Amino acid sequence: MAADLSIEDPINQKAPSWRTGRAGGRHDREGRRGPNLLQRLVRDRGLLTMIAPAVILLLLFTYIPLLGNFVAFLDYVPYLPLSESPWVGLQNFQLMFQDPAFWNALWNTLVISGLQLVFSFPVPLLLAVLLNSLISPVVRRFVQSVIYLPHFLSWVVVVALFQQMLGGTGAVTRALRDLGVDATNLMTNPETFKLLIVSQGVWKDAGWGTILFLAALVAIDVALYESAVVDGANGRQRFWHITLPGVRPIIVLLLILQLGSSLTVGFEQILLQRGNVGAEAAEVLDTYVYFNGVIDGNWSVGVAAGLLKGLVGLVLILAANKAAHMLGEQGVYSREQ
Amino acid sequence: MNSKAILGERPIWMEKPSPLARTLKGLAVLVILAAVVFPFVLVVSTSLASQDQINSTGGYVLWPTSPSLDAYRQVLAGGAVTRAVAVSVGVTLVGTAISLVATVLAAYALTRREMVGQRPLLTLVLLTMLFTPGIIPMYLTVKQLGLLDSYAALILPAAISAFNIVIVRGFFQGIPRELLDSARIDGAGHWRVLRSVMVPLSKAVIAVVGLFYAVGYWNSFFNALLYLNDSAKWPLQLVLRSYVLQDSPMAAEAAASAGALPPQQALQMAVVVLAIVPIVCVYPFLQKHFQAGVLTGAVKG
Repeated sequence: MAADLSIEDPINQKAPSWRTGRAGGRHDREGRRGPNLLQRLVRDRGLLTMIAPAVILLLLFTYIPLLGNFVAFLDYVPYLPLSESPWVGLQNFQLMFQDPAFWNALWNTLVISGLQLVFSFPVPLLLAVLLNSLISPVVRRFVQSVIYLPHFLSWVVVVALFQQMLGGTGAVTRALRDLGVDATNLMTNPETFKLLIVSQGVWKDAGWGTILFLAALVAIDVALYESAVVDGANGRQRFWHITLPGVRPIIVLLLILQLGSSLTVGFEQILLQRGNVGAEAAEVLDTYVYFNGVIDGNWSVGVAAGLLKGLVGLVLILAANKAAHMLGEQGVYSREQ
Repeated sequence: MNSKAILGERPIWMEKPSPLARTLKGLAVLVILAAVVFPFVLVVSTSLASQDQINSTGGYVLWPTSPSLDAYRQVLAGGAVTRAVAVSVGVTLVGTAISLVATVLAAYALTRREMVGQRPLLTLVLLTMLFTPGIIPMYLTVKQLGLLDSYAALILPAAISAFNIVIVRGFFQGIPRELLDSARIDGAGHWRVLRSVMVPLSKAVIAVVGLFYAVGYWNSFFNALLYLNDSAKWPLQLVLRSYVLQDSPMAAEAAASAGALPPQQALQMAVVVLAIVPIVCVYPFLQKHFQAGVLTGAVKG
């Protein structure tokens, strides 16, 4: 894979000559042999020392755990060395597919993903259009400062804030009750839980999500608007024919990437609130891995679920990127030229 | 950039919106601002309120009539919350230092294309943006390394973000080569070049990446939940979860003083405020630069 794929370095847009050159190995451009590997290792010892900490950390905590996924094919018993865990092939996957809780988690994941696509996805765009229409730069900057802030809060804090607003004794709940609206505790209602998750996501990240859209809106050539007005286009027509096409590439890109990550929905967020509404409403794939694997001790089945999710997620992301490229957009990585 | 964005004037071609449209727009902006700000006001007010006032309004306070800092004095008097704050501050400071040093060093090395193995190493770093290893394999690895129940487990597994390496490396690549070449000709080694040329020229981006790391460490809660059994080592976010979200009684706090206790809600909200304050403090610095960072990294925000 690494041979034909290279992850795009988003900053370094101008394709560097050394990359396209690909002199490769120990030969320079003219094909002469350079210093041998040992000499180069000695020569570059300073640089290699510099990169060593990061590489060691990534190997230890990304690549080695990745190999650890082979536990999915073992009957793993904690406190026993891995070598004594018998090889069981695909049995853990079978167990998982027979587990109704797994299908429930998958279903919940897909429903929340779908809701996010419908509700969370358009909000940043609308917000960006609103921000962009604010004439005064001072007001706009102020609004931006305020709405970006929640992005930097932890999920624990966000859930605590929501508890104060929508919980049993929360401010909004009480205000609604005073108005005569029967506001059941929105934080513990399994039926509305998925909408709660989506709205918390909007509260936390919609402001942050405007950044890319705003950049696209600001980049639209003003001359287009001017000439449209000269031609008699009204506000709605200008929005439809100039503004929207101007942000289309970024919409397509974000949409595709959102689809690519549709198996990952707010793990920490849901973990924190699963107890309020029960597993049936709240379990998603990541929490299934955690509760079934770590808490209930079905380690191998948990790993199997995590591995399957990871693989499907990887395929989705790669497919999403491919789709982005086919539509002429720039993805997370690009094919090497 | 549009001229209107600079001048703050309506462009000449844009018709003045109707009074109704302007009112609606103003209203929308106010509602959005209120939706973000109101929960903060509520939490801060409640943390300052007295028991009587909380009782009379039923759980929350909009504006404390007789504000007192008793709740903060209480939670910071040496109980579990105090310890958790200390843990979080320590983990954040040490973790950020480790992450930042490793990230800057790696970013510099990866800009040197003459380095042996530069390409495979770059791929090794960037590939980590595409996958996550999974919860249980992470747990097993940390366990094998003997790091369970250690503060290192809160730092090392999340110490390196490939995204941040990409940001710093990109900035380094933008620094004119002539500067580096002349430094090299003058006999400076890589360490010297990094220290005296690259880092001084990249202070802003290094600061932002450092803040990103710091916010990440401060906010992280699942690592602690997964790797720490010993609640004495819990960071603030985990304590916050158990006191505020799970409503566990603050036993240690209650025992610490014999006198009149601040109300439970005020104590809880004081913990929430403690978790928010550092973020709000670094926010202006973050905000100054993060936009560029996000646009650079495009989609990986």
